[in-house]
Amino acid sequence: MNKILIIIGREFTTRVKKKSFLITTIAVPLLFVAFYAFLMWMMLKKDTQDRQIAVVNASSIENPLEKINNTDFIYTDENISQEASADYLQKHDYYAILWIPANVMEEADITINSFSQIPPELEGNIRSQLRNRIENIKKAAVIAETNLPDLEEKLEATKTPVRIRTLKLSETGEAKESSSAIASGIGFVAGMAIYMFIFLYASVVMRGVIEEKTNRIIEVLVSSVKPFQFLMGKIVGVASVGLVQFLIWIVIGLVSVIALQSAFMPNIDMESLRNTTDLATMAQTNNLDIEQLEIVKNIAQTIDPSYIISFLAAFVFFFLAGYLLYASMFAAIGAAVDNETDSQQFMTPLTIVLVAALYIGIAAMRNPETPIVYWASFVPFTSPVVMLVRMAFGVPTWELLLSAALLIAAFIFFTWLSAKIYRVGILMYGKKPSWKELYKWLKY
Amino acid sequence: MSFFVAEHITKNYANHRALDDVSIDIPEGAIYGLLGPNGAGKTSLIRIITQITGPDAGQLFFKGKPLETSDMSRIGYLPEERGLYKKMKVGEQAVYLARLKGISKNDAVRQLKAWFEKFEISAWWDKKVEELSKGMAQKVQFITTVLHQPEMLIFDEPFSGFDPINVELLKREILELRSKGTTIIFSTHNMSSVEEICSHIALINKSHKIVEGPINEIREKYANNSYQLSIRPNAAINVEELAGKEFEVLSNRTEGIRQDIVLQKLTDCPANTLLSRFIDHTDILSYDKVIPSMHDIFIKLVKKQ
Repeated sequence: MNKILIIIGREFTTRVKKKSFLITTIAVPLLFVAFYAFLMWMMLKKDTQDRQIAVVNASSIENPLEKINNTDFIYTDENISQEASADYLQKHDYYAILWIPANVMEEADITINSFSQIPPELEGNIRSQLRNRIENIKKAAVIAETNLPDLEEKLEATKTPVRIRTLKLSETGEAKESSSAIASGIGFVAGMAIYMFIFLYASVVMRGVIEEKTNRIIEVLVSSVKPFQFLMGKIVGVASVGLVQFLIWIVIGLVSVIALQSAFMPNIDMESLRNTTDLATMAQTNNLDIEQLEIVKNIAQTIDPSYIISFLAAFVFFFLAGYLLYASMFAAIGAAVDNETDSQQFMTPLTIVLVAALYIGIAAMRNPETPIVYWASFVPFTSPVVMLVRMAFGVPTWELLLSAALLIAAFIFFTWLSAKIYRVGILMYGKKPSWKELYKWLKY
Repeated sequence: MSFFVAEHITKNYANHRALDDVSIDIPEGAIYGLLGPNGAGKTSLIRIITQITGPDAGQLFFKGKPLETSDMSRIGYLPEERGLYKKMKVGEQAVYLARLKGISKNDAVRQLKAWFEKFEISAWWDKKVEELSKGMAQKVQFITTVLHQPEMLIFDEPFSGFDPINVELLKREILELRSKGTTIIFSTHNMSSVEEICSHIALINKSHKIVEGPINEIREKYANNSYQLSIRPNAAINVEELAGKEFEVLSNRTEGIRQDIVLQKLTDCPANTLLSRFIDHTDILSYDKVIPSMHDIFIKLVKKQ
């Protein structure tokens, strides 16, 4: 036992001390967070630039444009031609000059001249303001013309907003509001991550085994340690590297979510947002669009703290169990071959199964109820990925426990089997063994 | 007393028999040379002794009792192809290997520092193995093999890749280990080092043991009754005539003021007979029985098979 601990210690410390570990574990996620923070900042930032735009209004509409954020519109009576616009802008130090033609009601072709590139947001705002003005005027004319009583109110009443509240029933019948789009997104990201981590860390184990074999380190070590002890030490050591990496990522993730939230939505209490029905006043007090707040509310309702905890727990469990299942087999492959290129032949079946798991996981994201998804979430080789995607949509507890139990049983069985191949293969050199020989090793 | 005994060991691989009914007997405190051409089965035998693989037939005894897995902690093994983690620091790695042998961390560090001092490689403690030369890595490997003071040590080609100065250093260490009572098995092609340090040898060829025993007895046994006589040259002597019927002249070489004659004794007559014939005609410089070198015995036996 003591020796296994020494081996775990070495496998763990040599990997954690590597520069590449520090970079992928800390620097890369921090970069991601910084990138998203920047994007959010850009998107939420209001246009605060002070601008003055001269308007040559040849139409009959009075003051068709009004102040947009910090951009003022100054109406001029001078008839400035296109050619003279440059001189005019320089003389008055205006940001731009805008022409509204006389026939704007029939054909709304607007020209803006500026020394700068007009920001798309400002351009959009100008367009929508003008369109609203023109539409309102036309509508008023139609109402006046047809002379039907209360037509405006009637037309207004035809506007029918459709909102879908997806409520998920728990086993106790309690309804909880959640967004299926967000749930499937989370499920997919988690399934993808599990797939990648299993592959990544199981390959690390395999490369380690090949290194020990080709360097003959194992020959020195078998005099002091049993091959099985060594295999276990290596697998557990690498697993703990993975867990530490997750732990750091989870901490970085939580800290940055809290940091981003307090930076961009300082006055929203998530708990009250989850329960509120009056989004309008809440939006008002926080100076946010009601649509934006709606999205935030959806996210907050789908991912509440208890959901996060149970989901993370399931993620760690399925990663660990899935990793243990694959790592021991990857180790056996590493022991059977003399170099990495020879390992391809034996890895192919495992790779196919893992990739299949990923695709079934993607199918589960679109429809978690199909039979193949249902059964794949119990089969140990695919369940780590598929069950996690299903979990995002909610899975009965007994199904979860059954899937977990099957996975643990499979891991014990295949580790036992792999250890036999490992024990023989790690000390065999020369020709790449055939499948038949591997089978023979099982019986040694 | 026998320290380690292997009886009737047979080992088959897929297409060939690596060892065929090989028995060896290693006395306590011996430096036991395991000799043989490439592919003879030496490494197969060593891997059976170190329990890396099991024999298909035969038995192994360690200090009179059947060899057990737990005995491995009392055996140190330096494989021919050295195994160290390339990316790990030398000191850390040595401590790791020592701890797996059951030495506590503090003891390991203390003892290793002393050994590193002795081998003049203290400066390498914090270097990675991949930065070391082959000889340097081998020194480290040697230290980790002997550190836990095993009762039996197995060295597979320990001198390959070493410069003469380090070969001497290693020989000195091996002899010192022996003087402390360690039994040593020593596999090599280097016959001069065998003559220098081995007390016993076994020669393995084509999966069979050909000869085994104390090195002096074996060399004596393969001496074929030939003698070398060195004299002051004297033109009046007829060597053939003086040799007579009892001796056949194998070679006769004169170089300046010295003449070397190698003769084969053909009958049971005393070796002194020749001496008495020459002594009246010239000065005798030396008269020796020719003992074949291990090199000659090795080549002769391997070629004969």
